[in-house]
Amino acid sequence: MNGSWTKSLAWLVTLSTSYLFAQESVTVVSFGGSYAKACIEGYHKAFEAETGIKINLEDYNGELAQLRAQVEAGAVTWDVVDAEGPQLVLACDEGLLEPIDMLNLPPSPDGVPAEDDYPPGTLTECGVGGLYYATIVAYHPEVFPASEPSKIEDFFDIDSFPGRRAVHRNPQAVLEIALMGDGVDPSDVYDALRSEAGVQRAFASLARIKDQIVWWEAGAQPPQMLADREVSMAIAWNGRIFNAQMLEDQPFKIMWDGRVVDTGSLVIVADAPNLANARKFVEFASRAESQAGVASHIAYAPVRYSGFNLVGNHAVTGKPMKPHLPTNPDHGGRSLTFDVEFWVDNRDELVERFTSWLSR
Amino acid sequence: MVRLNASWLALPLIGFVVVTLVVPIFSLAKLSVYDATVADALPKTTAALRSWTGPELPDANTYAVVAAELIELQENRELGRVASRVNRIASGMRSTISKTPRRFRRSEEERADLALIAIDEKWGKPQIWYAFKQATQAFSSRNFLQAIDMRIAPDGSIERAPEYQRVYVSLFLRTLLVAVAVTLLCLIIGYPMAYAMANSSPLWTRFLLVLVLIPFWTSLLVRTTSWIVLLQQQGVINDILVFVGLIPDDERLTLVHNMTGTLIAMTQVLLPFMILPLYSVMATIPRNLSLAASSLGANPFQSFIRVYLPNSLPGVAAGGLLVFILSIGYYITPALVGGSQGQLISNLIAYHLQSSLNWGLAAALSVLLLLGVFVLYVIYDRLIGIDRMKLG
Repeated sequence: MNGSWTKSLAWLVTLSTSYLFAQESVTVVSFGGSYAKACIEGYHKAFEAETGIKINLEDYNGELAQLRAQVEAGAVTWDVVDAEGPQLVLACDEGLLEPIDMLNLPPSPDGVPAEDDYPPGTLTECGVGGLYYATIVAYHPEVFPASEPSKIEDFFDIDSFPGRRAVHRNPQAVLEIALMGDGVDPSDVYDALRSEAGVQRAFASLARIKDQIVWWEAGAQPPQMLADREVSMAIAWNGRIFNAQMLEDQPFKIMWDGRVVDTGSLVIVADAPNLANARKFVEFASRAESQAGVASHIAYAPVRYSGFNLVGNHAVTGKPMKPHLPTNPDHGGRSLTFDVEFWVDNRDELVERFTSWLSR
Repeated sequence: MVRLNASWLALPLIGFVVVTLVVPIFSLAKLSVYDATVADALPKTTAALRSWTGPELPDANTYAVVAAELIELQENRELGRVASRVNRIASGMRSTISKTPRRFRRSEEERADLALIAIDEKWGKPQIWYAFKQATQAFSSRNFLQAIDMRIAPDGSIERAPEYQRVYVSLFLRTLLVAVAVTLLCLIIGYPMAYAMANSSPLWTRFLLVLVLIPFWTSLLVRTTSWIVLLQQQGVINDILVFVGLIPDDERLTLVHNMTGTLIAMTQVLLPFMILPLYSVMATIPRNLSLAASSLGANPFQSFIRVYLPNSLPGVAAGGLLVFILSIGYYITPALVGGSQGQLISNLIAYHLQSSLNWGLAAALSVLLLLGVFVLYVIYDRLIGIDRMKLG
């Protein structure tokens, strides 16, 4: 009798404390799937243990309509959002995000202040850079027994490297790769794309292989197309190819030459309901250890210089992670940094142009 | 009096429809023609540009007004919103506007025109000022013009967009074509199926009904992915065709990542919406009507054409309308299986709603789509008569 009474009291206490703790929470919106798992294991659990703040993780697909609707209706439920590329800048322009100058970003483990530990362009008005990912060309080595493709020009050379090509149905990163594949130096790519002649050259380069292209829409498609031998080479995201290599034992290889490297960032929503917790969360996520934690689960590189040095082995297979990170200097080959400003300026026009070109 | 009372019971539903459908549609329509962001943020610039008509550049005073207002906006963190609005009319203006207040010095106010042109030579181009003036006009038809591949020329006349930029009209037409084709395919496959369901033993009917409903219980993405596995060049169907020797191995058919794939996958997804209304109408057609026709000397073909078909038309009308309207708004399946032809008008509406945040253009495209459907509905009503339509 006495025992059961204590038990129900304990239950009641647990209930009420969990209710109290539920007040201390932060809603984080991210891309879901294996990336979300990597974040949970990489640093979310450590954050909850250290601060006692509970993370409510929600999925979204990178689209801004819901964020804008929340802010404009004055009914914000999101606190922190994982955002990338032009989306981040657009949301910032629209006043949907808090500026990050209120944050106190932690120094590196050996004391380098945050502003010297972030590469230029990764701390923006509203976004704290978290990771680098790359748009790369991957191929199935068994399709090319004689000689494997090694340079980005090979992707556009159907005669020497036959087979269909998987390409993202989106001009972003694809036009850049088309120009590099036509021999444009990475440092000249965006100057070229700012001119009419350069845009025409990019489309002409794509047109050379247009009848061999299988267009994809979702990031899961290119590894599947490679596995089914639907295509011999694919423009894909390096994290997806990495997962296929590691977790499904696919023999795919990544050709790092001609890669386009982009930054994923964390942002805080304007008028976030748990603003203080959101700040704590982003500051915690910005630690070099947190960024390296994510990189031990998925092949996205820490943005901070000090974070890259901390990366060790893959948590599941125990294999070293550094060879798979898009920013590893050992990859060699040409590398292009995705120009967010260019795309915010020109995306609408180029998306229309790309769609029009596709239909022809 | 009793009737009046009964109709009050529908009030909650009417209220619901007004709040969730009528109001949003009107605010959508307003969004497509009205955007006062720039006019509200830059009142003095708006006033100064009202009297400017070009083709020569605005006077130095206008430049000074623009510079002063842009600086004020930057201090209030409202510059980005204005910059992105102007960028929609003239690509690249976003970065020009963003950097102007940062680089402008107060001491340069006397010759603000020279100072701005030094910051970015775009400020010295009349067509940029025309775009800027357009952005300050709160009421504008430019979203609707853009939605039909037109634009406002610097002299105020309306011209077609350059050829490489024309995209929306062809997407509207493709969407219409796909919707008509899918509706016809669903009818061709669905009519015999519904006939079989309506005219077999109860056990068979139930079995066939389950077959129709099973796809409803599977997620859309799973079904779409299955079609890719079946139809791709190294897929099941091509493998079978090669195995039985119908086609050589190096000439495998392209059944997916093109229009064929779109039509096959959409027809399968939407087929139940055709079969169910057809079945429910056919189930109510008395069997003795056909018997009577035969006894009066009609052969089976005549009895079908002159007796059964007219009686089943309300079901054809309902199923056709359902499938047609659903396929007009479809875009996930075509995007995954349609290859270069896989984009329909809804893809671009979704892009402007969710990625570019250009809700004005998204609204204009939606309004045009809605009007198109409405026109087709009226034609349909004239041809078949909507009051004859039956869902069961």
